[in-house]
Amino acid sequence: MPVAQGARALQKLETWQDPKARPIVQIENVTKAFGSHYAVDDVSLEIFQGEFFSLLGASGCGKTTLLRMLAGLEAPDSGRIIIDGADMTHVPPYRRPVNMMFQSYALFPHMSVEQNIAFGLKQEGATQAQIRERVAEMLHLVRLEPYAKRRPHQLSGGQRQRVALARSLAKHPRLLLLDEPLGALDKKLREHTQFELVNIQEQLGTTFIMVTHDQEEAMTMSTRIAVMDEGRILQTGSPATIYEYPATRYVADFIGSVNLFDGRVTGEADGVLLIHCDEVGSTMAIAHGEPLPVGTPVSVALRPEKMMVTDVKPESEFNVLRGVVSEIAYLGDVSIYYVALPNKTLVHVQLTNLARNTNAPMTWEQDVWLTWEPENGVVLQS
Amino acid sequence: MRRWRSFALFTVLAFGYAFLYVPILSLIVYSFNESRLVTVWAGFSTKWYGVLLENDQILSAAWLSLKIAVMNACGAVVLGALAGLVLARFGRFRGRTAFTTLITAPLVMPEVIIGLSLLMLFVALQNLIGWPETRGMTTITIAHLTFSTAYVTVVIQSRLSQMDVSIEEAALDLGAKPAKVFFVITVPVIAPALVAGWLLAFTLSLDDLVIASFVSGPGASTLPMVVYSSVRLGVSPQINALATIIVCIVTVAILIAGFIMHRQEKQRLDA
Repeated sequence: MPVAQGARALQKLETWQDPKARPIVQIENVTKAFGSHYAVDDVSLEIFQGEFFSLLGASGCGKTTLLRMLAGLEAPDSGRIIIDGADMTHVPPYRRPVNMMFQSYALFPHMSVEQNIAFGLKQEGATQAQIRERVAEMLHLVRLEPYAKRRPHQLSGGQRQRVALARSLAKHPRLLLLDEPLGALDKKLREHTQFELVNIQEQLGTTFIMVTHDQEEAMTMSTRIAVMDEGRILQTGSPATIYEYPATRYVADFIGSVNLFDGRVTGEADGVLLIHCDEVGSTMAIAHGEPLPVGTPVSVALRPEKMMVTDVKPESEFNVLRGVVSEIAYLGDVSIYYVALPNKTLVHVQLTNLARNTNAPMTWEQDVWLTWEPENGVVLQS
Repeated sequence: MRRWRSFALFTVLAFGYAFLYVPILSLIVYSFNESRLVTVWAGFSTKWYGVLLENDQILSAAWLSLKIAVMNACGAVVLGALAGLVLARFGRFRGRTAFTTLITAPLVMPEVIIGLSLLMLFVALQNLIGWPETRGMTTITIAHLTFSTAYVTVVIQSRLSQMDVSIEEAALDLGAKPAKVFFVITVPVIAPALVAGWLLAFTLSLDDLVIASFVSGPGASTLPMVVYSSVRLGVSPQINALATIIVCIVTVAILIAGFIMHRQEKQRLDA
């Protein structure tokens, strides 16, 4: 899981934690139903100037509907959308200080690259000279100067994507909406374009809101992520927060891979909860901020890379699971061990292959013990 | 075995083509006949083309048909584009099913019934409000509009529903008002369908005999009506010459339409 987050977080003030910051987008209790199906269900969200914000979720979770409501292409059934201090809930798309980059790019097929980029500026009533200057600037930004006279069907997928980006940025929008901007590109180009998009965003300082179903993409590019499911936002936070402290089982499972164990709280000491899991017959000690009453049903989430595998029985009485290695996936940089517990549950554990050519410490059908520290697990209540 | 099969397939194909095109070919060949008898070959000549060009009755009928066909095609494209837009873009509004049925009903309605009902309508209107004073070009054009609009609507609607709606949304998003989006984005994108619809309406109108016969009046005969009535008095090679000219025009029109549509399809696949 690449989290290219540290550097960005250091450079930038985390605006969403600054109490004086005024949000550029305020979504207040927005609901939208199609027939009896709630696409967006009572969503509230604040997004700040200069953020690269991602709406992340599986298809059909309502993320695109929410984005289209920000663009003005759908009207909410209830709730308010405030952009830059002005109520935009019922303002038509052509009067919003917002531009959108469409998943299909939606380039005008009968216009050249130049004309596509100039289209928005012409609607504003800019002069010929202004338009020429701005188009040249945008072509330079996306490195498409040699292609100015081409038609969209004469361009490659990656070039079309850059035209769409240039066109949506040409009008200096206060807010840029991106609907799966990299969805139509192949894997290699996508990885390259991720960084390019982030660089352009940092260079311009425009607020970006991106919709994506690709968790890696969201983690790599965003300052903050909102994870959505069934029209609701389950959790909002920085990529690191979402990964390390998921709020619900769905979020834990959707971002990265995770082992989940169901159990009940049996005690608490020094901010560490004792949780007994009947199905695997083990008591786990997991750090948790707030105490929970004894008997509360909870789940324990353990990331594969936060566990240790040993072939020696550990001393500790908590956080120990015994099992048999059933599968080993060697991926070069890391190996993933699938350990079968006595009740047949498969737990996956990831170990980094630090040294070259070392004999694997474990082999198939070997008895092993899994251990972890209390800080490495997360207690989930929903 | 295999040779026999390919021979059989070739024969079937040849018969198929012959069935379709031998009548037209023979018609063209006999238009260059010297004899005034259509069925007897008496040597090559282009004299019937000359005779045709001096026949005022046929020429004025051709001119009338052409005027009606052009007016009809333009009107049908406007009405068909509006109806197609409503059907393809306005979602599920009240009365949509009724609208679809009523718009496309003329496709399956027998021409005799359309012609008769329109004739009765025009007569009733004339008695009630004194319009139309005489039946002729106006009434034929109106009658042709009623059924060719149905065809054009179908063509344009199918193109509109294939078109990526987000192209229109992108234009809105970039600040163009809905009417401007329609003329600057939608119309150019569906232009091939508009051209195809125009050509279709033009041909349908040029071709129509039954409805025109019902709703025309004295002194207003379209080309098909003149051809039909002159054939009843015995076929003149003039008609062959006329048919040959029409076949040539139609062929050229079809080739142009095919070329435009092919280019558009290629662009669509590339995009």
